[in-house]
Amino acid sequence: MVSTTHAPTTALRVQARPAGFFVDIASVARRAIRQIPREPEAVIPALIVPIFFYVLNIGALSKITQHAGNFSFKSFELPVAVVFAVTGVTRASALVTDIQNGYFDRLMITPVRRLPLLLGLMTADLALVMALAVPVILVGLAVGVRFHGGVLGMVLFVVLSGVWGLVFTGLPYAIALKTGNPGAVNASTILFFPITFLSTTFVPKPFLQGWLGTVATYNPMTYILQGLRSLIVGGSGIPGPEPTWNASFLAQAVLAVAAFGAISLSLALLALRGRVRRS
Amino acid sequence: MTEPAIATQDIARQFGDFWAVAGVDLEIAAGEIYGFLGPNGAGKSTLVRMLCTLLRPSRGRGLVAGHDVAREPEQVRLRIGVALQDAALDDRQTGRELLDLQGRLYGLRRQERSVRVEQVLRLVDIDTAIDRQIKTYSGGMKRRLDLAAALIHDPDILFLDEPTTGLDPESRAAVWDEVRSLNEQHGTTIFLTTQYLEEADALADRVGIISRGRLAAEGTPDALKRTVGTDVIVAQVESLTDTTLQALRAVPGVDEVVANRHEVTMHADNGAAVMSPVALALHQAGTTVASLTLRTPTLDDVFLQLTGTHLDEASPDGSEHASEHPDRGASHVGATADGGRT
Repeated sequence: MVSTTHAPTTALRVQARPAGFFVDIASVARRAIRQIPREPEAVIPALIVPIFFYVLNIGALSKITQHAGNFSFKSFELPVAVVFAVTGVTRASALVTDIQNGYFDRLMITPVRRLPLLLGLMTADLALVMALAVPVILVGLAVGVRFHGGVLGMVLFVVLSGVWGLVFTGLPYAIALKTGNPGAVNASTILFFPITFLSTTFVPKPFLQGWLGTVATYNPMTYILQGLRSLIVGGSGIPGPEPTWNASFLAQAVLAVAAFGAISLSLALLALRGRVRRS
Repeated sequence: MTEPAIATQDIARQFGDFWAVAGVDLEIAAGEIYGFLGPNGAGKSTLVRMLCTLLRPSRGRGLVAGHDVAREPEQVRLRIGVALQDAALDDRQTGRELLDLQGRLYGLRRQERSVRVEQVLRLVDIDTAIDRQIKTYSGGMKRRLDLAAALIHDPDILFLDEPTTGLDPESRAAVWDEVRSLNEQHGTTIFLTTQYLEEADALADRVGIISRGRLAAEGTPDALKRTVGTDVIVAQVESLTDTTLQALRAVPGVDEVVANRHEVTMHADNGAAVMSPVALALHQAGTTVASLTLRTPTLDDVFLQLTGTHLDEASPDGSEHASEHPDRGASHVGATADGGRT
């Protein structure tokens, strides 16, 4: 009755087994990273936009700041450019696509642990945003910015901004997992604006007046920028003559990232739990 | 092996007020091909999603490979392969990458993965396209790759949710061949849902007919068709009146008369002998006949007898999709209460 033309399969009996937590993360991350060069349209703007604004800002505003003594606006603005590059770069929309076309269900039917479905994507995000930070820093170096902390300072700079980029992804992932709706995920990028602009984005904290100063005081971005700036210019975080390491500023930056991450990652994990609850 | 591959007791699933599956008992032996036949919206996909651990049953119990789908989903997942209704693939991977990832998630080692990828490829016949991105595949190729992905870990039980819906006849025949050879060469238990009676007829050892979330009948295709009788006579008429129906019911040798719009279906043990009396009865009742045919029963006749409608005209609103895939742009509104428990 069988009219098959297939060669008979010599059976290799394999035994399916749980692959292990970290293997699962690596498997999910591998796929996510492999996809990145296949959709360059999602990555190129994340690189072009911050470099464009960086060059534009320092070109337009450096002259105004020259009378402020040793203040170097291009050093002051480099952390902003890097934060622009790493904030909001995420696989969340790819995740929504998976949810919509049913591939997420296919993953859920496998023995893969549920948490690595999210952590694998975040691992890929972390790798990508750290890679994005590098060319922006190179542009900074090209226009004359120098890190007082040298190579170690640059490494800390990349890691701190990368981890910031990672914790920010908690918000788009939470929305992606909660709604499964690409429009909602795209809308989440507007969170980027208050967080990055209502802060010491263009002027040092003492110059922020009124409500903007108040908001900036409570915006974690203020402390992240302060920490990043201290790695370039040292000391006070405001470009000045005496570069020194400032442990307090670095600790405040780490705390700000941790506090934001505690909220954003909790939201993402709650949304993941809802998504995989099988209800 | 005496333990059934799949067993359910009163398994049911509710969405809001709507019972998509309203209590189903199944017992499927290891090595069996079981065809679950029903129209869109009958609850086929919901049942499959419960059995493959994607949905928790609202009530009742499901055992797959001896493990409870609600309490031991991890154990069930290791033992089943699943190809869902819409081939769930990722367009930006190549076929080989997709299969390799699938193998990794099932804990297969590098050596095992490369051997198994070659084996499943031989089975599903994808050829050189395997190294191209999936977005370049035709519908039939995607479906075969989906099947390959479901087989990568050599599962004991395979769930196929409408494996040939939307395929051209040639691709459909290829999938049928693959399903048969899997079952014969590997003894894989296969649970397949379909809305095509030919498919259930051609592949399944046993068929369950599902209507409005309930199992309406179950048996081998032949046994089910025998419940209709040896022969079926179908009359297409211009208008159908009670007089006509009464006249036909009065014809000796006609066992059952089912009216459906402009069509009357009659069951008989000796169709040839009652053709002339039926024609006469129609004429005497003043009915204009467009066609009168005699044939052997199909599973559609069984479905018609059980539910009063044909397979392909039941649930034209496709409410199954609305109720089961809230992420796919539909709402629960399409699901009405008429499938609810009585």
